[in-house]
Amino acid sequence: MAEATEKIQFSPEAMELVQKQIAKFPEGKHKSALLSILHIAQAELGGWLSPEVMDYVATILKIEPIEVYEVATFYSQYYTEPVGKYVFEVCHTGPCHLRGSDEIIAYMERKLGIKKGETTPDGMFTIKGVECLAACGSAPMMQCGLHYHEHLTEESVDKLLDDFKKENKISRPFPN
Amino acid sequence: MGGTKILTKDIGTPNLQQIDVYIGKGGYASVQKALKTMSPDAVVDEVKKSGLRGRGGAGFPTGMKWSFIDKTPGKPHYLVCNADESEPGTFKDRYLMAENPHVLIEGMITASYALGANLSYIYVRGELMYVVRILQKAIDEARAKGFLGKNILGSGFDLDLHVTCGAGAYICGEETALIESLEGKRGNPRIKPPFPAIAGLWGMPTVVNNVESIAAVPWIVVNGGEEYAKLGVGKSTGTKLISASGHINKPGVYEIELGVPVEEFIYSDEYCGGIWKNRKLKAVVAGGSSVPILPAHLITKTVAGESRLMTYESLSDGGFATGTMLGSGGFIVYDETACIVQNTWNFARFYHHESCGQCSPCREGTGWMERVLHNIENGHGKQSDIDLLVDVAKKIEGNTICPLGDAAAWPVAAAIRHFRDEFEWHINHPAEATKPGAVYKEAVLA
Ligand SMILES: Cc1cc2nc3c(=O)[nH]c(=O)nc-3n(C[C@H](O)[C@H](O)[C@H](O)COP(=O)(O)O)c2cc1C
Ligand code: SF4
Ligand code: FES
Repeated sequence: MAEATEKIQFSPEAMELVQKQIAKFPEGKHKSALLSILHIAQAELGGWLSPEVMDYVATILKIEPIEVYEVATFYSQYYTEPVGKYVFEVCHTGPCHLRGSDEIIAYMERKLGIKKGETTPDGMFTIKGVECLAACGSAPMMQCGLHYHEHLTEESVDKLLDDFKKENKISRPFPN
Repeated sequence: MGGTKILTKDIGTPNLQQIDVYIGKGGYASVQKALKTMSPDAVVDEVKKSGLRGRGGAGFPTGMKWSFIDKTPGKPHYLVCNADESEPGTFKDRYLMAENPHVLIEGMITASYALGANLSYIYVRGELMYVVRILQKAIDEARAKGFLGKNILGSGFDLDLHVTCGAGAYICGEETALIESLEGKRGNPRIKPPFPAIAGLWGMPTVVNNVESIAAVPWIVVNGGEEYAKLGVGKSTGTKLISASGHINKPGVYEIELGVPVEEFIYSDEYCGGIWKNRKLKAVVAGGSSVPILPAHLITKTVAGESRLMTYESLSDGGFATGTMLGSGGFIVYDETACIVQNTWNFARFYHHESCGQCSPCREGTGWMERVLHNIENGHGKQSDIDLLVDVAKKIEGNTICPLGDAAAWPVAAAIRHFRDEFEWHINHPAEATKPGAVYKEAVLA
């Protein structure tokens, strides 16, 4: 345990970003930065929030680990299990459903040979169904990392998959 | 043509996100005017006169909300902008913040001055991280121009403004859950009272306002509340952003002067451009997923046969029996191929997923409704299920800490109220109803 914790550490650049989030809040109210820091931790420290990563975040904010676990398990953007390198968060709520999100999800499932909620065996792709992402006017849509991909069609999904396989286009969301 | 545009008039100008371009369009004039020539109370008065009503869903008068804030000297006051935008069917705040971020920053500065807040936050849903970055850049630019920081424009007024983010939870749009989240906790709504105006962020007096409400403040301050009140109809003053989605030719965000007839909004080329694929209209959810769905004949005309208008009053004419609500302006259109049972199940799943779990009627009731609807949709429904759903919805309504319970109950109750025969068809003809692409043929269309 101690050994694992020692290895987990923000890069100096990420630490600067963390300090920037803490500085947004008054003295003594630094816990408010927790959600932002967890985004940075997820992006920087392995793509998901392992218990060790959460403990590390607790030490930075000088709060109890339980306060971090509570938050990490409440919000849908935090992954408390390992996920693929690229997570396709496809919106499946009403307005997207009206414009064909089920068909897009089924197409992705066929292309990748996995079901919604699963990760490809090579660890590259995860398909996740998510609730409305405030882009209903450009349905069907999905989020991958920082980016919204809207007006999805089978062709645009093909192109995205090709692009992701060819080049490292990973972009994890965290506040700047 | 098209009515007055306030929030969107400059959208389309290249590089409007850059402060110099925004200032070139008259931007930050409200900060100049308010801080240099008006008292904070005078700003509040203009907003009162404007008749502006909260654009986050509830439609509460903004000026009145501001006047409730506890003014006890020595206590810090906070202004928090609700940019959590998660109500299904609503995507106007995202559009506005991405296209015209400075109108929100300007509104935050002017509104903070009016409220005596020296520290303010914009809380953006975590998925919209690219918007967080756009806003951060806009804040940095505003600070560099002297619109933020100490002694702004020599007025003696200090303000720090920060953008911060959530991490995926619809409930954090509820103002007390948002405050909890902003304190770095789970988004569990608080019991009210006390209201945030008395004890909000870190226990201090706080105003929470929607993005669109705050973005309307600059125009009101520059042009005067009376000018704003001249727009719109009756108590529905000004302009409103409508997010139009579903089975229409032109989904998107439209700024309307309140009072446009619903029929015109759906069919004119200026707005939705009619139902797609030359199909017929079956139903509309006019104000985001939480408001009652209305069948085609009730959305365009009231029971009295009057043309329904896009206003708070006209959309709610007839109460829940035959009317609905403007809500957040999330206008979702259903054509003749849409399955009401499937849609109701989809929304029930959403509310079950998003319930924070604090109150048992909401936690258990939303799951129960989801399961029963799933059964009906998949051909395993029983006749008694319909009354069961009505009963569960009734038991949730009004019995929970926050309005998410009502928001989950209303769509189910309304779908059964207006489309009961379609639910019965699913239950009585399961083999037919579960065929791929099957639709109930007897629905009244327009
Ligand atoms: C479950 C739930 C979700 C809500 N989501 C939002 C939201 O995403 N954005 C918003 O501005 N208001 C939302 N509200 C309304 C807020 O609680 C609050 O009334 C609003 O932010 C006040 O701002 P306004 O007066 O400017 O409308 C929600 C309310 C509930 C009960
Ligand atoms: S009504 Fe639902 S979401 Fe609101 S506090 Fe109760 S359990 Fe949580
Ligand atoms: S329903 Fe998919 S973005 Fe809103």
